[in-house]
Amino acid sequence: MTTTERTLAVVSAGLSQPSSTRLLADKLTAATVARLTDEGVTTQVVTYELRDYAQDVMNNMLTGFASPRLQTMIEAVTAADGLIAVTPIFTTSYSGLFKTFFDVIDNRSLTDQPVLIGATAGTARHSLALDYALRPMFTYLHAVVVPTSVFAASEDWGSGDGGVDSRLATLPARIERAAGELATLVAASDRSSRVPDPFELPAGFNPAGFSPSR
Amino acid sequence: MQFGIFTVGDITSDPTTGDTPTENARIKAMVAIAQKAEEVGLDVFATGEHHNPPFVPSSPTTMLGYIAANTKRIILSTATTLITTSDPVKIAEDFAMLQHLADGRVDLTLGRGNTGPVYPWFGKDIREGIPLALENYALLRRLWREDFVDWEGQFRTPLQGFQSTPRPLNGVPPFVWHGSIRSPEIAEQAAYYGDGFFSNHIFWPASHTAKMVQYYRQRFEHYGHGTAAQAIVGLGGQVFMSKNSQDAKRHFRPYFDNAPVYGNGPSMEDFTSQTPLTVGSPQEVIDRTLGFRDYVGDYQRQLWLMDHAGLPLKTVLEQLDLLGEEVVPVLRREFAKNRPVDVPDGPTHESLRLAAHTPVAATTALPDDLDTAAAIAPARTGAAFGLTRTTQTGA
Repeated sequence: MTTTERTLAVVSAGLSQPSSTRLLADKLTAATVARLTDEGVTTQVVTYELRDYAQDVMNNMLTGFASPRLQTMIEAVTAADGLIAVTPIFTTSYSGLFKTFFDVIDNRSLTDQPVLIGATAGTARHSLALDYALRPMFTYLHAVVVPTSVFAASEDWGSGDGGVDSRLATLPARIERAAGELATLVAASDRSSRVPDPFELPAGFNPAGFSPSR
Repeated sequence: MQFGIFTVGDITSDPTTGDTPTENARIKAMVAIAQKAEEVGLDVFATGEHHNPPFVPSSPTTMLGYIAANTKRIILSTATTLITTSDPVKIAEDFAMLQHLADGRVDLTLGRGNTGPVYPWFGKDIREGIPLALENYALLRRLWREDFVDWEGQFRTPLQGFQSTPRPLNGVPPFVWHGSIRSPEIAEQAAYYGDGFFSNHIFWPASHTAKMVQYYRQRFEHYGHGTAAQAIVGLGGQVFMSKNSQDAKRHFRPYFDNAPVYGNGPSMEDFTSQTPLTVGSPQEVIDRTLGFRDYVGDYQRQLWLMDHAGLPLKTVLEQLDLLGEEVVPVLRREFAKNRPVDVPDGPTHESLRLAAHTPVAATTALPDDLDTAAAIAPARTGAAFGLTRTTQTGA
């Protein structure tokens, strides 16, 4: 059996230190990597805290281009075989920083990318934000969002491991299910081995314009 | 190599005084700047085209015609002419008229504009920006090169036996540059026709400009117009100078910090390191500009944006003195060094006229690997109106 290698990008929009958003991102990452390892896939993980890029992201919003360090980060994220994207829920939706990052990247650059979405908040009353805010955003970007998204309220950090006797889908159980879904898509991805051509012209492009059949 | 300036024609309050020029004052200032550009020895003045405040130049050929009457030598150009929303028939007429009035000192840069609503204001769909740029230019070319044009396309009413007047001066159409920041389609279009490619350059990192220009050069060679090194490249630039580098930074910083395009964003230091903006001494401007050649190759035209962000006219004129006296003479000398003899100079009416009368016209022939080449080739048309095709001999 040949060794298979995949890359997994992780984007966390947590602000505090330590951050429960980052904690959730790390748990999702570990579970996904474990599943991939089970399938014989070696995974290279790149993790980014958007806070570290906050000024670059806003400057990109204002000037229209990415600073060199942000450009390097965007290329790593968009070329990965899979993406784990986690945000705190602020005022019923993703944080502005999280959205601004996805606003400044090319809106075609996540096409077909397997994505696992996660969110954190103080109470479970915000959990649907994953499905009315994050999921439509990634759908717009033509990413492939796995069916299970993972929401962690503060109380979830005290939940059990959801063993076979549990009647509740606890946080660890949700993480496992989501990680399994993402790992399957990442294992099948050839995204990180593609060579993007920034000068690729649309199919049928004609520099002299449309030519009606004569 | 040609050196010059381009203006966007924005009305911006001076952040240091709060003064805002009137439209009239700004328009007259643009004319004064153009005249000053000629006086200090620059080769090109180019104006933008906009159809919304805070910009004044909605009618570039009117302004350039007035400047033509008040100058003797400088080439009058645009940055850019909206090929998407303007009728190519009117562009053909306006610029041919300007060409006659200016005795050939005219070329133009085509662009797609920076304001979305301009498309619907002129009855167009922004989603068709690229197809509009391609088709409208295909027609514009024919209107200047064929006496009678039959035309049918997607975007304008058809033409039968139409003749655009006046005919281009001496039968030589104005040179066309295609301007683009990020669309490979436009670089491809420029290469296909063997036209010039003008990279805005100033709002994006040099690495991006380098890739776009490299692509255009390769495609220029692919289409048989010459070697990649012979492709016609123009670059934007943006500078502010004082004799002393620190004075330049201190003077320009409030304008940078409040500039409409990048104000309240990155620091001036970050922006100067990430884009071609240079704020410093004339020597720093010389060094930076000479560095452009390292990543785009020997090129034909360098234009700087000098009058923006609310800089008062007096300051802009002082900047032009520095540019003309201390920077451009050195750049002319330095850029000429080691420049291969087969790399063409910036195109002028005279150089194009000479080329048109040299038998080696094969270099301007269009490739025949596209069925559209037939559509662009001289057509024997107009017969339906009893018109016979005449050879344009010009003035």
